[in-house]
Amino acid sequence: MDFQSCVKIQKEWDIVGARQMGREYAKEIGFGTVDQARIATAISELARNIYLYAGKGKVCFETIDEINHKGLCVVALDDGPGIQDISQVMEDGFSTSGGLGAGLPGVRRLMDQFDIISQPGKGTEIRTVKWVR
Amino acid sequence: MRIPILKLHNYLLVSIQIDLDDKSAIEFQEDLLSKIHKSGATGVVIDLTSVDIIDSFIAKVLGDVVTMSDLMGAKVVLTGIQPAVAVTLIDLGIHLQNVPTALDLEQGLIKLRQELEE
Repeated sequence: MDFQSCVKIQKEWDIVGARQMGREYAKEIGFGTVDQARIATAISELARNIYLYAGKGKVCFETIDEINHKGLCVVALDDGPGIQDISQVMEDGFSTSGGLGAGLPGVRRLMDQFDIISQPGKGTEIRTVKWVR
Repeated sequence: MRIPILKLHNYLLVSIQIDLDDKSAIEFQEDLLSKIHKSGATGVVIDLTSVDIIDSFIAKVLGDVVTMSDLMGAKVVLTGIQPAVAVTLIDLGIHLQNVPTALDLEQGLIKLRQELEE
């Protein structure tokens, strides 16, 4: 899939860069302020996961503009160690980094669609979509 | 970027007006604790009116700084949390239950005065 744009995640500040770009897209598409905040927060969590666990990767954006629905697709990609047990990281309160453990289950609640593909040793792809209501 | 911490009588006032990255958040935590130590302040208001996103990391830093300040003997109130930020925090599953909050700076100062007089 060709993305409209991607933000490389290599350093801490890139987390802020990714969420600012995501918010710009969300505003352009016509999301309200609450959904803009939801999207920006989800991107922040996804980008931080890349930074913490994979070291580097990217967050990509694709606007969806079809006749009966509009939305924003946010995809987080990395070539990191992958996730051994996906059901475990999707549990509320599970954390290996000493954080709040709100990351991925939080992202799933913030967005409308959430798909995760991860291969240990190869990397992780998390694809999320938010629809304009 | 450092966040300014202002002293007013025995209170410290902070207004966060930048998009917080992880490093600035941690620096702010350290700066605030050392300012409490140096000034002997008994109350702190952290105003979040201009903050349009709080993710799980920033929430943890803010929650921690309230507990840390409390350990040192200073009460902290968070004020001005925007509606969109309140919604996303609950979506994330973050309730900040033991964190005192108020609608705005004025209400925050009233709350501090009440708590400190008790």
